[in-house]
Amino acid sequence: MEEKNIKSRGRMKNDLIFILSLLTILIILGVFFYLFRGEGSTVCVEIDGKLFDSFSISENREMKLGTPDADGDGEEELNILVIENGRAYMKSATCPDGICVAHRPISRDGESIVCLPHKIVVFVEE
Amino acid sequence: MKLKTKRVAHIGLCTAAALILAYVETLIPPIFTAVPGIKIGLPNIAIIFALYSFGLPWAAAISFVRIVAVTLLFGNPMIFAYSVAGAFLSLFVMAVLKKADFFSEVGVSVCGGVFHNVGQILTAMLLLENTKLGYYLIVLAISGTVSGVLVGICSAQVLKRIIVK
Repeated sequence: MEEKNIKSRGRMKNDLIFILSLLTILIILGVFFYLFRGEGSTVCVEIDGKLFDSFSISENREMKLGTPDADGDGEEELNILVIENGRAYMKSATCPDGICVAHRPISRDGESIVCLPHKIVVFVEE
Repeated sequence: MKLKTKRVAHIGLCTAAALILAYVETLIPPIFTAVPGIKIGLPNIAIIFALYSFGLPWAAAISFVRIVAVTLLFGNPMIFAYSVAGAFLSLFVMAVLKKADFFSEVGVSVCGGVFHNVGQILTAMLLLENTKLGYYLIVLAISGTVSGVLVGICSAQVLKRIIVK
């Protein structure tokens, strides 16, 4: 029993060291990535892994992105992408989860909005 | 024979618990909508319990049945690929760490949570052929660590109280 307790305490110590160092590394990496990313200039749209089109982020516009029935339910998929005041966001979408619509507007280099059900990736480039 | 029936009943209960936990998780509104994919991973409590009580093959079977059932009940087929990749990478890492006997349930669960996200991001990168998604991994790994701690503590308490022979 005594030996078992010592062993389990040793494992808990390992846990603590591991979790704290993991979190520290991740937070440092996150801060580093966030600080060293400049504002992007181009909004690129990829549909089904292929580059569909790219637009300047400084021009305000609203566009429809349609993929011909990516999920096979017989209806056309439709996402409405808006570029406004140097930021891009998904205004509405017919996808079931709506995660792309909930995503905050993107403007920095490398940021992206992904709509998994419709296989659409919108990302900002320099 | 009696033992075998008991085992079947236990595995069935564990699968049911994993399903219920998956359902409970869909009821929790997303706390942080800015980054998609952040989840507590409640079903992992049942999976860790199965891994420690019944071993890897049974845990894998329960995990697979859970994903199939959840996909049929609440999801769409696209989510299936991500779930399978995440769940099995996570389970594999947890089984290795359990064998190594270096961490307690909490450490095992944290690695499971992080590798669940790693598996999903890798699948997304493969399916969407877009490597820019790697950036998400940092945020998802932080959330995976935090939820892994919570799930690990729950699992450890459950394992302490429910002893299955």
